[in-house]
Amino acid sequence: MKKIGKHNINTIAKQVLLIGNPNVGKSVIFSRLTGVGVIASNYPGTTVEFSKGFMGSGTNKMRVIDVPGSYSLNPISPAETVAVEMLERSIKEKNSIIINVVDATNLERNLNLTLQLLKKDIPMIVALNLWDEAKHIGISIDVKKLEQILGVPVVPTVAITGEGIKELVKRLHEAEKGIYQYDDKERWHEIGNIINEVQIIKHKHHTIGERLGDLTIHPWTGVPLALIILLVTFYIIRFIGEGLISALFEPFFENLWAPVMMGLSRMLGSTGIIHDLLIGKLIDGGIDFGESFGILTTGLFVPFAAVLPYIIAFYLVLSFLEDSGYLPRLAILLDKTMHVIGLHGLAIVPMFLACGCNVPGIMATRILETKRERFIAATLMSISIPCMAQTAMIFGLLGKYGPQGLFPVFITLALVWLITGNLMRVFIGGESPEIFTEIPPYRLPYFGALLKKVWMRIHWFFLEAVPFVLVGVFIVNILHTTGVVSFVGRIAAPLITRLLGLPLEAVGALLIGFLRKDLAVGMLAPLGLSLKQLVVASVVLTMYFPCVATFVVILRELGIVDMAKAAIIMVTSAFLIGSLLNLIL
Amino acid sequence: MPHIDLTQMKAGQRGSVVAIQGGHGMRARLESMGIRPGVMLTKLSTQFMRGPITVRVGTAHIAIGFGMARRVIVTPEPE
Repeated sequence: MKKIGKHNINTIAKQVLLIGNPNVGKSVIFSRLTGVGVIASNYPGTTVEFSKGFMGSGTNKMRVIDVPGSYSLNPISPAETVAVEMLERSIKEKNSIIINVVDATNLERNLNLTLQLLKKDIPMIVALNLWDEAKHIGISIDVKKLEQILGVPVVPTVAITGEGIKELVKRLHEAEKGIYQYDDKERWHEIGNIINEVQIIKHKHHTIGERLGDLTIHPWTGVPLALIILLVTFYIIRFIGEGLISALFEPFFENLWAPVMMGLSRMLGSTGIIHDLLIGKLIDGGIDFGESFGILTTGLFVPFAAVLPYIIAFYLVLSFLEDSGYLPRLAILLDKTMHVIGLHGLAIVPMFLACGCNVPGIMATRILETKRERFIAATLMSISIPCMAQTAMIFGLLGKYGPQGLFPVFITLALVWLITGNLMRVFIGGESPEIFTEIPPYRLPYFGALLKKVWMRIHWFFLEAVPFVLVGVFIVNILHTTGVVSFVGRIAAPLITRLLGLPLEAVGALLIGFLRKDLAVGMLAPLGLSLKQLVVASVVLTMYFPCVATFVVILRELGIVDMAKAAIIMVTSAFLIGSLLNLIL
Repeated sequence: MPHIDLTQMKAGQRGSVVAIQGGHGMRARLESMGIRPGVMLTKLSTQFMRGPITVRVGTAHIAIGFGMARRVIVTPEPE
């Protein structure tokens, strides 16, 4: 029997699905199997979309799919729906096997999904992941016996170090359809029986992680700790970001790149269309990387010297927070606050991601249960959360004024977040579901994996953002030389000058803001604005409309009708707040 | 022992779930996280102003909104 099974699977299996509860390490196993980097973190719901990759070669080549985590086959959030649909499709196509990734530290709960999967008509193998952690906390599992009971291969793994992965791959062809028979009503009873047979818990002592877990979750200690952690986070980001700029990136541009550009400028005759496109305007006979606006000067300076250092700093800190397991605890502490804006605490995770870039932030709203929550969350983040690229530019522009320059911008945005969110909660019908989530144990981030994750995000920035900035600088020049900026400026004059108190040329920044917000903020630099004008412009640029990348994602996630509604909220609130600031500052 | 709900338990107290007062959807959701009649759990913490409650079930820590926690009926262990 077994031999025939093997044969069948070998010839038909073209696809492997990684299925399991949230936060059991599916994405790490996926990376191990395929070599494809995907973001993995220590909280449930990191993966909201499936990722594809390939393993093996030649005739043995198989597609591997990392499926969002699910607690059962009755989906609750859109991320879980993706998982169940993926599974059903693969069962129909009869070309797939499942790797059911199971958290060995939490076998009982995980077996609930395993038993449901066993009833499906699809071959399966179990990866008993987090095997080291289970041993560490005194849980021992009789793998052979579990294998016998379930009738499918079971392989202990430690995905993060790669332990057991070879064995898992070697035994993939042994994957089989489950033989375990049970009455669905008696599922938990059956699970209890299995647990009694295969699992022994030796002793359960309070680990340091658990003590820390208690402190960070009790309100009296948790709230002050959260404030400290957020403040420290902010200072570390500024420290690393500014440090990299002043010690590395700025000297490089000023001392090494500027002379090269000056040479090129002379070669091009210091004037002309090509010169202006590549080098930009010479300021006092020299290159000003902030104001010249040539592709090779400002076009490179903005992404590399002004933005990249903060991107590196932000993602280092964010990745550490993600992998440590702190974010779900913050979600619990902030749950009540988040209900003010019609969301529950877990929505803090997408909000955090949005501080880096709105695109992954909006994708992550898929962990929220209802369409209403996702609309509120996505609209709020595109209105009031500037991405790290934009924040870096605002720091660059307003940082020299100190708190006087930065506070008005960020406090305004925070108030907008709170007030707009609250208004949406009141005016958009529907209920706000309550928080219901697993809190992962604290884990010391695995350094190699953390760096790899940071690198992946920076890599994404290089691929997606840098070309956009370069194209953006090109378009800025075209807009100016063709007179589009002054034309639109004259049409929009009442709005821009009267309401917002900005010069007409600022309209150029609003046009480019749709392409890249960081570049748009950069366009304010040559305009010689006052502090008040800089504050107004920074706030309006954040609020008035999402950049094109964010726009596309919102359109896809919310649909055209909701996108239109969100856009109306954005434009009106941006001009409302902008003119209000212009009046009171 | 009298039956109380999860919100009435004290932090650190253990108890066994006797019932979940809710529709099929809520029962299924709680069950999929391992909270179901017959299970022992330990309450870990509460938050200010009817914030979420956290419990330990087996080795897992779970946060439950106040309204949902009120539907989980338990028999607390005598202190």
